[in-house]
Amino acid sequence: MQLHPILTALRRNKVGAIVICVQMAITLAILCNALFIIEQRLASSARPTGTVEAELFAIDNEWVGAATDLPARARADIAALRSLPDVADAYSTASYPLENGGWLQGVAIKPNQDDETAQATTYFGDEHMLPTLGLKLVAGRNFNAVDIGEHTSNEAPVYPGIIVTRALADKLFPDGSALGRSVYIESPDRGMPIVGIVDRLAAPWTRIEAADVYENSVIEPFRYADKAGSYMVRAKPHRLAAAMQAAQVKLDEVNGARVLSKVRSFAQLRATAYRDDRGLAIILGVVCAALVAVTAFGIVGLTSYWVAQRRRQIGIRRALGATRSAIVRYFQIENLLIAGVSAGLGAGLAVSINLWMVQGFAMTRLSPGYVLAGAVLVLLLGQVSVLWPALRAASIAPALATRGA
Amino acid sequence: MFSHYLLLALRSLKRNVLLTALMIAAIGVGIGASMTTLTVFRAMGADPIPQKSAELYAVQIDNWGPGKRAHPSSDNLESMLSYIDAVGLVNARAAQRQTAMYVTGMALTPAGSQLKPFMVRARATYTDFFPMFDVPFRYGSAWPAADDAAHADVVVITRKLNNKLFGGIDSVGKTLNLDDRAYRIVGVLDSWNLLPRFYDIQGRGAKFSEGEDLYVPFTRAIDGAMRGLGGMRCKEEVSGWEGILRSECIWTAFWVELPDAAAVDRYRRFLSGYASEQRRSGRFHWPAHTQLRDVRQWLAYQHVVSDEVRILVLVSFSFLFVCLMNAAGLMLAKIVGRAAEIGVRRALGANRGAIFVQCLIEAGVIGLAGGLAGLALTALGLAGLRSVLSESMVDLTRTDLLDVVIAVVLAIVATVLAGLYPTWRATQVQPAWALKSQ
Repeated sequence: MQLHPILTALRRNKVGAIVICVQMAITLAILCNALFIIEQRLASSARPTGTVEAELFAIDNEWVGAATDLPARARADIAALRSLPDVADAYSTASYPLENGGWLQGVAIKPNQDDETAQATTYFGDEHMLPTLGLKLVAGRNFNAVDIGEHTSNEAPVYPGIIVTRALADKLFPDGSALGRSVYIESPDRGMPIVGIVDRLAAPWTRIEAADVYENSVIEPFRYADKAGSYMVRAKPHRLAAAMQAAQVKLDEVNGARVLSKVRSFAQLRATAYRDDRGLAIILGVVCAALVAVTAFGIVGLTSYWVAQRRRQIGIRRALGATRSAIVRYFQIENLLIAGVSAGLGAGLAVSINLWMVQGFAMTRLSPGYVLAGAVLVLLLGQVSVLWPALRAASIAPALATRGA
Repeated sequence: MFSHYLLLALRSLKRNVLLTALMIAAIGVGIGASMTTLTVFRAMGADPIPQKSAELYAVQIDNWGPGKRAHPSSDNLESMLSYIDAVGLVNARAAQRQTAMYVTGMALTPAGSQLKPFMVRARATYTDFFPMFDVPFRYGSAWPAADDAAHADVVVITRKLNNKLFGGIDSVGKTLNLDDRAYRIVGVLDSWNLLPRFYDIQGRGAKFSEGEDLYVPFTRAIDGAMRGLGGMRCKEEVSGWEGILRSECIWTAFWVELPDAAAVDRYRRFLSGYASEQRRSGRFHWPAHTQLRDVRQWLAYQHVVSDEVRILVLVSFSFLFVCLMNAAGLMLAKIVGRAAEIGVRRALGANRGAIFVQCLIEAGVIGLAGGLAGLALTALGLAGLRSVLSESMVDLTRTDLLDVVIAVVLAIVATVLAGLYPTWRATQVQPAWALKSQ
């Protein structure tokens, strides 16, 4: 088929073609960026914490009144929790993954360093923390019972060593020599040796803005005992619900002067933490679907109108020997030409929008694959939408040419 | 004339129901999507206290100096103050009203009832807080300034807590057991909820989440070593409550009320003077670096409108644009198809202006219908938002009359704008040609 007659016809119908072209270009630009954001959010909300989430739950505990024997109370609670038949292990801490609240500190590798080497969250835990969370030790050792100190809000922490995540170890010591090296966290001149490295342990913050510190965690060997603290409990396999129930009853038996403000499984924590990300993905998905539908209907509408406008010409072409498929092909090629131009424009627009968003939002560069996929999608969209009006055009009888308007 | 054109428009729209429905649907969907996000955007960025937003100022003091920051900010200032500065500024009383504050948690043990002890969010503040932020009282009043000085065991509770504990009766004078200590209720608030909660700077979620349950004197909270819930940021190691109070850790908010420009100027000078004084005394080793921001500036500075909502507004307005392009294309198709009819009207004496007005009215009718369809879709969209977003965002999905007006006006104006080119094309119809081709 020759392009010349199509181009001539388009030139006489400039505005209609431009309207379709601009629509498709914007659709492409929005689609690329929206799908990219959706993918980013879904990927972020699927990040593993490195723990055995299916068996874990967290109890937020707060003591009523001013207690002077907090460490003893924490020890009693932990012992009671560990004694439950449905509980595998437990420890006390100040914060935990997916909680969206915790301590972020600078970590340096030299004493009195001006700028920190990395930022990391600080977790507290005793020698039961690794088995409770199911963390995988990849180098060094776990804490021993003798390493563990009491961390109350009134006591300065002094401790023999720390455990870090592999991500943090690699960030601090890219040459892989982290084990046994000292790092400087709270105090600029007192180094803490790294005694163990775990494969993965997520920081408490789940927002996409905090993605760069997500796997940077430090574990300090403390049994946390404060007015407000948390217990992390691992249930025996498939006994989570029973363990959550029993733990609350048991803790109230041990000491009733408390408020168990929140008792949540990791599944609940994850759902809460990523609710807005999921929401954004859903909304963007709906808008994208509506956008595709509107653009498709727009193409159908305008092409139908063109078909109606050219009934006579189409009849003449048919009378002169053009086959039905030639007529269909005419409209398909016409749409392909328009869509090709919009794909080019839209790809440029998509990249510029993305570059602009990289500056103003927590956003990374759009991968070229998305632009390519978007362009293909828009070309397909055009072809699918044009099919119905094109088939209608093909059904115009050649006799129409002889009948006048 | 107008009603005649309106009739013509309706008749013309009826002639091609499918095309008309397509146009109305396109505009309706576009308006629905953009109004849904705009509603949330407006609620997030709204001025929560318009009558006083220009008189209330957040205070910032650089007590960390140049150098490393955990969360670098554009101006190297932090949003919170240290206890030292909070108390220093309160005691200076350099503004008409001022308050330092932070949020803490307390365990409330209900007296003689079946209710188990539960946690309450308490705001530790000074009595100036209540008149500063126009807080309405249902019963009683704020505690007297003397109670601030006396570190008294008094509380003001919210209407919600009063309903929960006392069934809504006047509970002034009763006592509350908070963390094993008796507090006397001096006031019960009426319903009061400022959104965004600009005075609460701790944490992103806090700006829209549920507020506090009760208020205690700041001085009492400090005596009780009540820790802040909103997080504390430190540059050095600290231990114990006394250590925190002596440290440069930042964890309190500080607001002042300054009624006019002269007062603002005076307070700015006072703040610089205060910071310079700290330098002279050896506490700061850098030139005075302080800032005052009123409510609107503060909201912008704190980026209250979340990235998610900005993205959604952008996407939905681009979507609206596509919908309008769509409607314009369809209108064009329609008008060109009516060239013959327009030719007849022109030949019978209608001038270009008349054709122009008639087509625009037709566009306006489509816009109105699209706007109404859009309103219904907005309600649907907001219901959808409520089901997928977290509770802290739900309060932002209420529509007001202005939203409705915006939706309808936006739909009509946008559709008429989209109809301008097709309309112009209609006026270009040459009567002779149009008639000849019949």
